[in-house]
This record gives sequence, structure tokens and C-alpha cells, in this order.
Amino acid sequence: MPYLDHAATTPMRDDVRSAMAPYQGDRFGNPSGVHTVARVAKNAIEEARERIAAAIGAARPLEIVFTGGGTEADNLAIAGSALFRTGGVVTPAVEHAAVLESARFARRLGSEVTVVPVDSSGVVDPEEIASAVTDQTAVVSVMTANNETGVIQPIDAIARLVRSTRGRVTIHTDAVQAFPSLPIRVTDDSPDLITVSGHKIGGPKGVGFLFVRNGTELEPVIHGGGQELGRRSGTHDVAGIVGLAVAVEAAVAEREQYVNRVGAARDRFEHDLAARIPIEVTAGGADRLVSHSHLRFPGIRAETMLVRLDLAGVAASAGAACHSGAIATSYVLAAMGIAPDVAAESVRFSFGRGDDAVSGAEAARIVAEVAGGLP
Amino acid sequence: MRALVAMSGGVDSSVAAALMLEEGYEVIGVTLKQWVGAGGAMPVAGCCTVSDAEDARRVAAQLDIPYYVLDYVDEFTAAVVEPFGAAYLAGRTPNPCIECNRKVRFTALLERTAAFDADVLVTGHHARIERDEQGWHLRTAVDGTKDQSYVLHMLGQDDLSKIRLPVGEMTKAEVRSRAAAMGLRTASKPDSQDICFVTSGDYREFLAERFPETALPGPIVDSAGETLGEHNGVTGFTIGQRRGLGIAVGDARYVIDIDPTERRVTVGTRDELLSDGCLVDDVSFISGSPPTRPDVTVKVRYRSTAIPGTLQPVGDRWEIRFAERHPAPAPGQAAVFYDGERVLGGGTIEEVIRS
Repeated sequence: MPYLDHAATTPMRDDVRSAMAPYQGDRFGNPSGVHTVARVAKNAIEEARERIAAAIGAARPLEIVFTGGGTEADNLAIAGSALFRTGGVVTPAVEHAAVLESARFARRLGSEVTVVPVDSSGVVDPEEIASAVTDQTAVVSVMTANNETGVIQPIDAIARLVRSTRGRVTIHTDAVQAFPSLPIRVTDDSPDLITVSGHKIGGPKGVGFLFVRNGTELEPVIHGGGQELGRRSGTHDVAGIVGLAVAVEAAVAEREQYVNRVGAARDRFEHDLAARIPIEVTAGGADRLVSHSHLRFPGIRAETMLVRLDLAGVAASAGAACHSGAIATSYVLAAMGIAPDVAAESVRFSFGRGDDAVSGAEAARIVAEVAGGLP
Repeated sequence: MRALVAMSGGVDSSVAAALMLEEGYEVIGVTLKQWVGAGGAMPVAGCCTVSDAEDARRVAAQLDIPYYVLDYVDEFTAAVVEPFGAAYLAGRTPNPCIECNRKVRFTALLERTAAFDADVLVTGHHARIERDEQGWHLRTAVDGTKDQSYVLHMLGQDDLSKIRLPVGEMTKAEVRSRAAAMGLRTASKPDSQDICFVTSGDYREFLAERFPETALPGPIVDSAGETLGEHNGVTGFTIGQRRGLGIAVGDARYVIDIDPTERRVTVGTRDELLSDGCLVDDVSFISGSPPTRPDVTVKVRYRSTAIPGTLQPVGDRWEIRFAERHPAPAPGQAAVFYDGERVLGGGTIEEVIRS
């Protein structure tokens, strides 16, 4: 039963589950208290913070802000930057909705939002980003890699160019999809804000973090008891944070193996599939994450393909998951200049840490069989 | 054998899905997403809305069958919602559910039936499909009070050969008790009456918002042309309507004519309302060809009694003559022809005949 929707979510790792278990049992404390029960929980989240900081090379553990997932971290990054002094947002058209909708929210509160177009592969030109930045810009947000197509953005080049021409504008990147595949390391040149989500890397759902470089100006977007140094109020999901730390460390430690195995799965999948049926790889010539395979099956509606795949036991998706369960037209593909009828024939397959060349070949066999039986 | 079940979230389609499972079919449930509310969200109240889709999803989970929401918003808006407003502007009383069945639902569902490799399409309609040596027949439901054959009159032989209506053989009470016995969450859910895209429950409000010209005032006159009052838009009126005319006259008055260009509503006595028949357009016949004998019964309104009449072709339209004078039907509604329990076909009422 091939699960080819790891970009939507991943199965939880066993080591994550066992690390979390005590905090869903005896160690149930609220880390904000003064007693022993609270202290046990507080130690757990601070240890998790240190381990995550070390894993991504952050100089200070407190640069890690725990959030209720990737979307919330993006909201904090975009709205938090834009609201601090009502500054503008510059972002490409293919960002995740968490970024684009946060930018729209900031606009309603008075920020200027500039959405920068992308090329036919979905890649944004660093020059275009830099030239959209003004003295009023508070934050530039460019995803490390796209969630639908897996296409990698030149985030380092963008950060370098913006800083060299515009000074110290806050740079944010949503690294949710890229984290298991690409080396996400904090350096002087890296973005100031980095979003990571737990459940895309074998961790729990509903927990993530935002790396916030020391000194970055950020207005909180969730208000309350002042947890996370006031940057994100609300009682900590202690078990989730402990699980997140295990998942982050494992993803970093296993990255090379992940890239080799998952890359072999994806490449074998696309190779075998192309040998059997007509497919077009979306942005096939661009730098892509090893996990993603976004394909068009000419003449077959994505909806038909997905239902037939599901009935054959294969989980895949058409772009981003939509809350009603119906399939919406992808704005990412539209921004790449892909015609709606072509987009409507496109399906995303995404591989994960359990895959390898053998499972990639098996997936290709089943998908070809399903597609082959269709007009 | 695989069955595609159109699940609306109501009790009938829930039971239909369960019955197909009992028959040994591999069942797939689908809901057509036809309409989005403000901000792109599905409407939360009324038929075909998000809460109904959730009910359908939950029933599918309970039955342990795969379930999908299929997006037909664009098709539905173009084929049903826009013409709905246009029809009112033309002084008609459209039946959007029939337009939807004719132009969207069955086309879409039969197409999906083939695409998902299913053998039959199943809906929760109360009507019966039967076959004999002459072909496929559509008959009224066992439960006459719930009969929905009227809204299925546009189906043809090919369609009927692929459709199953398992609850058409049951009374509504039987459907509900089966649902209760199976523990389906929709067992005691009330029947839906609303138009699925009119979420407030008030179609006039919907029209006024989406088609502002439908809310322009005009005169209410009698058959002699005497002005009796003013109205706030012709959409508030249907031929034959008696209540809510907003005029004070001694005895009962009925809407006998609507002139959309003058935005004039004419009212008259019950005698003046009577008509001799109507012209019907877009006619299709279940068997593929017209009946050999002109004598039929006809329903000119949903949930009405079929009345006797004769059916004759007039150019590419058909003329119904009532056996006895009858209150005028409303143009825009469907006229559906019957031979006893058997549906012969039907079309859209174009014009009232008075002579």
C-alpha cells in the first residue's frame, strides 16, 4: 500500500513516540509552574530547545521559538515582522498559503505587500526580490523549497543580495518541506527567521518552531501569559516539543542517508513511469527536493487519477490539501504560467524515509497500471 | 461489481449506500461540491452544504467505504445559478434542482461512474427504474407522498440503464427505520427543502444580492389595467400565487401574469387564472421517442397531482391541453408527462395557453 504523500504528512518515528510517551503520562506538568512537577516539564522543553539549536547551528537556544506548527511559525514570522513597525512584506507568488495569507492579513493592518512573480519553473529571481525591497520593507519571505513541486529557491543568494543592497532587512524562509532534504544551517548569511514543522519530519502534528535570530524585531501574534519570552503565549505542548526535538535531530543526523534513499526512490519512480506511460515532470529541469515528484498525466483528470489511485491503495495528492477535501486549482502552478487544463491533470507524489529504489519501482508499476487503464 | 453512490448527507442516500453494500457491491460515496459561500467556504446550512457533506462523510466512514468530494462549483454556477437569476428576470419561476439534474448532476455523476470504473450510479431519489422488453422505464416511487420522478424526467435510456434507485422501492418510514436499525446518524435528519445555493433560506434575498435588478419595484394591476398597488420586485411572484400580494381587495386574487420588461404583476380572480394548457420546450422522452397516443396525465408543478390532458407536437415544442381548465402553471417550471405510474418524459413550461 504505497503512501506517496509525505509532503502532506509523515508517519511518526518510533523514537519520537517513545520519547513523547512519558510526557503524555506521569510527566504532565505545566512548565510555567514553580513546583517539581512543573520543573520536570520545564527541563524537558529547555533541553529540547538546546538540542534543536545545536542541530541547526543556532548560537543561542532561545533563538528557537516553539509554535503550534509550521503555519503558526509562518504567521509569527510574517505578521510579527510586518506589525512591529508597520513595514512591508515582499514574497514570491508560490509561497505556502500560511505565508501569503499572513501577508494579506498584514496588508489589512496597513502593511504594503509585494508579491513577486516566478519563472516557468516556479523559481524567483533574486534581482526581482531585491528590487521589490524598499526602505519600508519589514520582511522578505522566500520558501526554501515549494511544497507542491519541490522546486528549490535560491534563498542564500536572495539573502546575500538583499542584505548587500538593502541593509539588514529581516529575511524569512519556510523550510517546512525542505528540512529533511537540504542542510538547514544557521550562519551569518542564512535567513533570520526559519520555519520548521514537526509532522513533516516524522515528528508530531501541531508543533513546530521558528528560528528567530537574536535581535530580530518581532511583534507577537498570539498573546497571553508571556511564554517563549512573550513571543508565543500559551501553555507548551511539552510532549510535542520533546518529540519535535527527537525528529529534528534525527532528520539532521540521517540527512545524507535520506537524500540517497529517497532520491533513489523518486528517480526510479519517474524513470520507470516514463518508460511505461506518457508523463510530464513539472519543473523537471529545475533543482528539486529529492522527495517530490509532481507529474502531469496528459488526458487524465487529477481527480480521476487520485480516486483511482486511492481505490488501488495509493495515497497521492493534487497540490496542497484543501480543507473541504475537494480538489482546488493550484495557484502555484498558475503562477508558473501553467494553463488550468494542464494543472488539472497534475498529481503530486512525495516519498519519505521508508522509501528506496525498490519501493519507487513498485510505486511506478502500480501508478502505471492505474493510469494505463484510463482513457 | 462497483457502485458509485451520490451521497447528499440525507437519510435516503445514506440508506441507498448501505443497501448496495448489502447487495454485495463495492461502494464508493461521492458528494458534488456545487456551491461556495462567502470567502470560498461551502455554505453551512441547507441541502448540499458543508454540514451535509460532513454527514455524508461520517456515514461513509461508518459504512467503511471510500468517500470523495468532487468539485463542480464552476459548472454549477454557470449552468444553474446564473440561469436561475436570468429566469426570474424574464418573469419565470425556475426549478433549479431540475436544471441541475439536467445539466450538471447526472452528467457529472455518470461521467465519474465511468471514470472510477464503477458499474452503476446510485442515488437516493424516490422513484423506480424498471426494465421490460420495450426497454427501461421510470416509474413513480412506492411512497407516493415522497415521489421524485418529476425531477428525473430528463433521464434517457442510456442513463436509466446505469442508474439504481434502491429507496424508490421503500416508503420514507421504511427508509428511516432501516437507517435507525443500522445506526446511521442521518436516520432522523429532517428532509431538505431548500435550494442548495440559497443559504439564508430566502431566495428573494439571494436574488436581490446577486441580481440586484430583480429587486426593482413595479406596479400590481388587475386584468383591466387598473393599478392596485406596488411591489418590490417581480421575483416575489409566481403565477397562481395567492398569498402575500400586498393588496387589499375584497375576494381572493391570484397572480395571472408577470411582465418582466414593464415589471408589471397582473392579478385576477380564480376564473381569470384558469388556463387551457401550456407550451413546453426542451422536451425529452424517457423511451427516446414520443408516446403513440396523445392522452397523458401531466404534472405542472413538483408535488402536485397529475391531471389529464393531451400532448401534441407544435414545431419543435409540445403543447399540453388540459382535459379540464386548470389554474395556470408557472413558466419555468417543468411539465412532466405520465402514463399512470410511468414517466413518459417532460420539458420546461414556456407559455400558458388561454383559449
